[in-house]
Amino acid sequence: MLKVAFLIPLFPFLGFLVLTAFGRKLGNPRAGWLATIMVLASFVSAVVVFAGLLGRATGARSYTQTWYSWISVDRLHVTAGVLIDPLSMTMALFVTGVSTLIHLYSIGYMEHDEDFPKFFLYLNLFVSSMLILVLAGNFLLTFLGWEGVGVCSYFLIAFWFDRPSAASAGKKAMIFNRIGDAGFLLAMFLIFERTGSLQYETVFAAVGHVGTPSLTAIALLLFLGAVGKSAQLPLYPWLADAMEGPTPVSALIHAATMVTAGVYLMCRIAPILHLAPDAAHVIAIVGAATAFLGATIACAQDDIKKILAYSTISQLGYMFLAAGVGAYVAAIFLMLTHAFYKALLFLGAGSVIHAMDDEQDTKRFGALARLMPITSVTFLVGWLAIGGVPPLSGFWSKGDVLMNAYALSPLLYAIAALTALLTAYYLGRCYLLTFSGQQRWSEARRSGDGTHASSAGHAASAAHPAGSEGAGLHPHDPGWVMTLPLEVLAAAAVVGGIINLPFHPLDFLERWLNPVVGAELLQTHFSTGAQWAFALGDAVLAGFGVAIALGFWRRTAEHPELEPSFFRRAWYIDWAYDRFIAGGSADLAQLTADDVETKVIDGAVNGFGGFVAASGRRLRRVQTGYVRNYALGLMGGLVVVLAYIVVRAAS
Amino acid sequence: MTVSAAWYLTLAAAMFTIGAIGLLVRRNVLVMFMCVELMLNAANLTFVTFARELNDIGGQAVVFFVLVVAAAEVVVGLGIIVAIYRRRVGATADDIHVMKG
Amino acid sequence: MQLLLATATLPDTITFAVAAAICIIGSVGVVVSTHPVHSALMLVMTLFGVAVLFVEENAQFLAAVQVIVYAGAIVVLFLFVIMLLGIDRAESIAADPLKGQRATALVLGALVLAEVVLLGRGRWPTGVHAAAGALNQAGKPNVNVLGVSIFTTYLLPFEITSALLVIAIVGAVVLARRPRRDGSVPAVIGDEADGGAGSPADELEPAPAGVGEDVDETESPASGVPAGRSDEGSRP
Repeated sequence: MLKVAFLIPLFPFLGFLVLTAFGRKLGNPRAGWLATIMVLASFVSAVVVFAGLLGRATGARSYTQTWYSWISVDRLHVTAGVLIDPLSMTMALFVTGVSTLIHLYSIGYMEHDEDFPKFFLYLNLFVSSMLILVLAGNFLLTFLGWEGVGVCSYFLIAFWFDRPSAASAGKKAMIFNRIGDAGFLLAMFLIFERTGSLQYETVFAAVGHVGTPSLTAIALLLFLGAVGKSAQLPLYPWLADAMEGPTPVSALIHAATMVTAGVYLMCRIAPILHLAPDAAHVIAIVGAATAFLGATIACAQDDIKKILAYSTISQLGYMFLAAGVGAYVAAIFLMLTHAFYKALLFLGAGSVIHAMDDEQDTKRFGALARLMPITSVTFLVGWLAIGGVPPLSGFWSKGDVLMNAYALSPLLYAIAALTALLTAYYLGRCYLLTFSGQQRWSEARRSGDGTHASSAGHAASAAHPAGSEGAGLHPHDPGWVMTLPLEVLAAAAVVGGIINLPFHPLDFLERWLNPVVGAELLQTHFSTGAQWAFALGDAVLAGFGVAIALGFWRRTAEHPELEPSFFRRAWYIDWAYDRFIAGGSADLAQLTADDVETKVIDGAVNGFGGFVAASGRRLRRVQTGYVRNYALGLMGGLVVVLAYIVVRAAS
Repeated sequence: MTVSAAWYLTLAAAMFTIGAIGLLVRRNVLVMFMCVELMLNAANLTFVTFARELNDIGGQAVVFFVLVVAAAEVVVGLGIIVAIYRRRVGATADDIHVMKG
Repeated sequence: MQLLLATATLPDTITFAVAAAICIIGSVGVVVSTHPVHSALMLVMTLFGVAVLFVEENAQFLAAVQVIVYAGAIVVLFLFVIMLLGIDRAESIAADPLKGQRATALVLGALVLAEVVLLGRGRWPTGVHAAAGALNQAGKPNVNVLGVSIFTTYLLPFEITSALLVIAIVGAVVLARRPRRDGSVPAVIGDEADGGAGSPADELEPAPAGVGEDVDETESPASGVPAGRSDEGSRP
């Protein structure tokens, strides 16, 4: 059964190929259905392989399938093939599962877009790349997938590329990712140099013999790659701008899958991190800092997608914090549950945006709960889950992270706990501004004056908002194609915690992942009483956050004192990047073009030509044409020759 | 005994120099030619001086031949000058500067 | 002066001084004279000075040849050409149209002189003695010695220079022929007034007949030397 592993990335890739060739002919909505079915098939294959893996004994759950020898040069031998083990299958399952739901959702969301088939072929290509990333058996193939998802992210962010903001957001994402990718490449070079191979199994068997400084360097370089891909400090600004893309893209790529690739990588290199504690500490600190940063910024944002984007950055920080302290299982657990509720929140937001005719400013929403019940309830579930309200999945996963953080450093725990409070608060603010309180919009108002005015592709939907006829806003829930994924994800968000409850033997995930990361897992020795205390603490934090949000935002939408501009402007970090790095580069380029190019380079070339011409002009004057002048030259020559002879005779 | 050779040679050098300067400074073709003859004479004087100093007849033989060749040269040179003057009267050495760059 | 008097007798010294003065004055005169005829006459003076010096240096034959050939033939030729072509206009010697020519020429000339004098510095004669035969042979006059040398050691150069003279004559004749109006060139100078037809070959034959018939007519010389512009035209 494990032999069908190759089908997992193959199905979406086939979908991509078919849609590239025949997408336009298939059209709307058949292209979308084809893409969804392909990903569903991939999910089914993943389930089959999962079952096959389950069927094996715990110690034997590692299966390598080599497709062909990819690079074979001198000492470098890289094969194209997959490594099927609990970690990669966990990733594969949730990636394909969530992707299927989002593909389904997109059929409805992108209904009025004229580039409908193109969207789906990009999505399929993305899923295929992501699966290669998580299933690969060596660093280089992972990197191939890594680059693949990066480029698909670019394609999809800049999907409405005739919008300048979207085009430059795509560019920004690509550039930030690239910086991280440089780290990944350097790490690969170092790994090969130290261990002679890039295959995971070979490398991890050999890490014991590599010196700690090298391991620290490798770990930090790979972390740099993860920082770029998963939008951590300092390479995070691209994620907020990436909200220019269609909402399903934000849900799939920038919440559930691509950004988790960094976390996956950290867990994959657990053996290395285990032997390089300094690097691991750096990862934990950066993760905690990012979590706090993201949360504070999210508290002061108005755009619903930006709130969710910064929330993602914050939650990813949690995951890196977990990986950094050695709690890999907690990191994966949080990744899973986060995928569920964050995708849910994004899809819900998309539903609202669609209903409100592309308006994204929460300050212009309000009182939508009555009009959009399904969306409202699922969004509420998402809020409570991410806030960590028991017994939803977020409570269990975040609690796991917090407890492990405390085991390493109470300070990290404190930061993480404060962030948890803020998380519950800001997402509550988001929910309340959108669905309750005053209705800050009117039925008579036409759309279009939102901050994200439509592109050409969306112009059709501006004239024909989902479901509403004629002029004016009539928000309501979308069709089943869009609400079914919301419902499924909400259910997952509610009961998802069950996969790793901290009571033995209900800690399925921990036992499942044991063969992969068990040896490197942080061993915490908390008594049962301490564990209950932590749980209580988490619940209290969540409760406070919810209460504060309800207190302030239930009725009114104006609390400027709670939205300081420092947070609203994202701690001015992106502004600083733009001003100093981007501006500096632009100035340097301008200087080079204006001065260096024209004066120095052209000047040198032209100057040389001018010099040749000028010297020619001057030398030409020797040729007077007069015989007497030439005779004078002869005399001069005679003087020189005689002088030489005199000197020779003298010496 | 006559004056030492150094004086003769210095005199010859001076005559040569004057002839050379004259060649460069004058524009009239015939005067230039005369300056050339002056230079030839300076050379002849040098040869004769060395013939005396080194007790060598070869020096005087050379002067003999120089004299003959100078005569032939003058004949041909003046023939050319005559031919040129047929075309343009009043030609000077400065009139040809076609090769001015 | 010390050097001068050490080996020299007084008459020799005076002779040398006077002859040297003549040479220098003559040379300067050639260069400086405005009128070409004056230059030619100065040249003659120089040549005489050189001839005297030749005698001083025991080169009597050469002195004679110098006077006869150089002063007597070559300078005469110069004068003929000056008169014939009328280049006797005084050349404006005030300024040189070529900038800097005069100054540079003077400087370079001075340099050359200085270098040559430096080169010598008293060590003038350094060659092998009597390499081509002794000059002072007891009992033999200078002419004999020179004659023997020319006709034995230097026989080949002698023959070649003879041939050179013939070639020079022929060349001069050819160069000085006047072209007719129809482009063909006459054999003899001076028949321009004819406007004449006829090839050069035709011209040759009537010439002796014409000369024979009109005895008292001024005959144009058959050689290439022109007698003067105004004399042509009267021959048949």
